Amino acid sequence: MNNKPIGWNGKTLMKMLEESEKYIKETKSYYGIDKLKLKEEDPFKYERAFASLRGALVSARETALHVAASPIVKEIGELCFALYTPEGDSIVVSTGILVHVHTMSEAVKFMVKQDYEQDPGINLGDIFLNNDPECGNVHTTDVQTLIPIFWKEELIGWAGGVTHQIDSGGITPGHDLVSAIQRFDDGTYYTCRKIGSNDKIWKDHMINARRSVRTPFYWELDEKCRLAGDLMIRDAVLEFIEREGIEYYKQFIREVIEEGRRIFQERVKERLIPGRYRAAAFFDIPMKEEAWQPRAKIDKISNQPLEIIIKNDGSMFLSFDGASGPGPNPMNCAKGAMEGGQWVLLTQVLIYGDKVNDGAYFAVDTDYPIGTWCNPGDSSLSYQSPWGNLIPAYTGMMKCLSYGLYSRGYREEIVPGYGFTGDAIQGGGIYSAGPLKGQRWSLSTFEISGQGLGASGVKDGLDWGYAMWNPEADLGDVETWELFQGGIPYLSRRVKPNTAGHGKYRGGANYEGVAMIANSKEVDFFGARDGYCFHGSGGMHGGYPHATGYRLYAKKTNLQEIIQNQKEYPLGDPDPSNGEFEKLLEGDIVRKKNCTIYPIILENNDMIYYALSGGPGYGDPLERKVESVKQDLNNGIYTNDLVYNIYGVVAEYNEEMGEWVIDKMGTDVRREEIRAERKDKSLTFDDYWEQERWKITEDMLSEPVKRMYSESLRLSTKWRKEFLEFWRLPEDFQLEVK
Amino acid sequence: MVKYDKKTLKRMIDGDLTWEELKPIISGTKDPDRFDKIIEILQEKVSWDEKIILPIHEHLHIVSKDGKRIVKCDCGYEFGDYKENWKKKCRIRVRDTAEELEEFYPKYMSCDPDWEELREYFCPGCFTLLDTEAVPPGYPTIFNFLPDIDAFYKEWLGRKAP
Ligand SMILES: [Zn+2]
Repeated sequence: MNNKPIGWNGKTLMKMLEESEKYIKETKSYYGIDKLKLKEEDPFKYERAFASLRGALVSARETALHVAASPIVKEIGELCFALYTPEGDSIVVSTGILVHVHTMSEAVKFMVKQDYEQDPGINLGDIFLNNDPECGNVHTTDVQTLIPIFWKEELIGWAGGVTHQIDSGGITPGHDLVSAIQRFDDGTYYTCRKIGSNDKIWKDHMINARRSVRTPFYWELDEKCRLAGDLMIRDAVLEFIEREGIEYYKQFIREVIEEGRRIFQERVKERLIPGRYRAAAFFDIPMKEEAWQPRAKIDKISNQPLEIIIKNDGSMFLSFDGASGPGPNPMNCAKGAMEGGQWVLLTQVLIYGDKVNDGAYFAVDTDYPIGTWCNPGDSSLSYQSPWGNLIPAYTGMMKCLSYGLYSRGYREEIVPGYGFTGDAIQGGGIYSAGPLKGQRWSLSTFEISGQGLGASGVKDGLDWGYAMWNPEADLGDVETWELFQGGIPYLSRRVKPNTAGHGKYRGGANYEGVAMIANSKEVDFFGARDGYCFHGSGGMHGGYPHATGYRLYAKKTNLQEIIQNQKEYPLGDPDPSNGEFEKLLEGDIVRKKNCTIYPIILENNDMIYYALSGGPGYGDPLERKVESVKQDLNNGIYTNDLVYNIYGVVAEYNEEMGEWVIDKMGTDVRREEIRAERKDKSLTFDDYWEQERWKITEDMLSEPVKRMYSESLRLSTKWRKEFLEFWRLPEDFQLEVK
Repeated sequence: MVKYDKKTLKRMIDGDLTWEELKPIISGTKDPDRFDKIIEILQEKVSWDEKIILPIHEHLHIVSKDGKRIVKCDCGYEFGDYKENWKKKCRIRVRDTAEELEEFYPKYMSCDPDWEELREYFCPGCFTLLDTEAVPPGYPTIFNFLPDIDAFYKEWLGRKAP
């Protein structure tokens, strides 16, 4: 037990946190800072100070990742580090998976509010571990290590590092567990636990941790990786203080956060327009057929309505009022996850290249309504894969900001959304033959880091290269993944036609892959992606949403026979209505429109298919340049039939030239035809309104749709009022779900 | 201060810049006169005379007409008061069957009509596609953007709105 407070000037940490929160509330500025004194007095020193701290974090990350073992960390850098104030506000961050910078901040605040200062005590050399989404994390597979930094007797900050694990001991192998429906399925939980002292991780902790997960080797080395990075940061901070003095440091860390807050507001004023922005996004959670557990057998759609108010001072209010309820599925989001998602995107769209820290967080007011999927307030729920809701939900924010960017003329900055970072095929098995016989392999490919980005207002979206949670997304080398998931070798990887969202500028496109099970036993396999609903909020200004995912696999195949006879086997699924699997394979072929599936058991020679996501389009497809459509055809981005239907481009493949040739006149005629068809087949608003209203009043809505509305109408008075007003429904209107 | 000439900006919004030309515009500091230059470009492009106050869409602009602020399409079609959702004046097609969805997406690769429908909002003047909405059936039409024009001009640009 500590008796002497460890905060500044004899205060406790709790007192410091209370004060900082009071200042923000009352003055709107961080710690009530009015003037950026250090910056004004000596701007060079100030900028040098920031650069030296940031440099220390980046180099801590670069060094630490060589300590790590797990390919997710080592190969594609799924880790990041940050430096926090004693109260837990981020001062400066490294590169990497930035979604976690604000989440760790909530973990520090949790420890402060729980008075860890008294019990279990916060001392020099202590090590804390956290992976609990209810107190500052996204999901249990993101594991954080935090250490306090002391100068003499005072706590002057925290160093934190986070890595993404391949496995955290949940109900099945994997990192985003589709079948987790309650906390007790999520895997091992460390709720801001002290796990070491004197800079050493306790032996009893490590014995326990190794026995709690399926990949103990990765877990242990990743713990050491995070601690190594934290210790490097601590050294760098102490050196900084030696050089600049403790008083400078104390003033500096507060000024720099206040500057971060101001930069955000300035950037908003530079790029957006004050006003009200709205977008709707959805995610399908089809568990009625899939779930094993009786109470999890329900089909749900998450309603993710977003409203953003840009105020006259450049600050922002962001609200998910109207969101539907949580459920017996892993996609519930704790508030920390929502804040992380918001933060990682704002730093990409608005405040990139500047002082990125929690200042941005303080410039945004939020409403994540309690009792909804985005803030259930119930720690017994599963939070194992909140990404399922978080990722589509924030496409709405990108779209809202894009309306503002458009109006200001910054069309090159527009991003109406991005692909879902699925198809996260997962699972694992045990080698039944070969040099690793008896050992476990894990399927945890992070190819998902390469999704399609939405189109901008001046060009097509990035193909196979974006992940919303990591601004430096990298899908890694396929050879590395094969090393670690040797029981499921790839048979192919190629461009998947028709994944990109249509538009004047098309969204990013993506590819597909086929793999087989080999030399293994006890193989679990599952995956998750949008299937029944388009991902997120769709296209912008006439652009279309990108294609949904679906599930395809084959069991009990004749693959061995095919291989022995050197016959053709499926390399993909370019045309799902005329599949190569069906044409070339014998066996039980399963195709499902829902892409999220519960684990299945696979055996040697079973085959799986997966496809990554495109991005949404921008603008009317009829305005797409014919030359660009030709390129799309030549590159296999779209097929000829769809190009004819949607872009009105008539083309024919010329065998001799080996490319598509456009029929210019035919295209002009076809485009006119489409315009005429638009006229013929469209309704006036009044007729459309009658028709849509009829679907509600005449009980034409499906069960998941009704469930979604009934939850939103129950959870928000405001949303209910607008819904009833729009459809002119009676005050006592109810939607019953049996 | 960064500045781009009107010709470059015009080529940019027409999608004609090469990646080498566009990349520095994306990653560089923004040009503060962009708003005014884009409005000039847009004003030259349209065939009507009303003054553009705020561009809100590839084809739609809030313009000043007889002292009122209305939404107007490039083609001249007028959607009325900007405070009302312009989508309420659109012609609308709802794709809520598998057959209609599969005109644009391969089988298995679009929403399931029991879960979601795809709405297309057209300008009644030129039948340009102005917006799409992928929403569950019965979802209210979304009012995407309601700008605070006076605050924008007065407080952010430091001048009176036209
Ligand atoms: Zn028009």
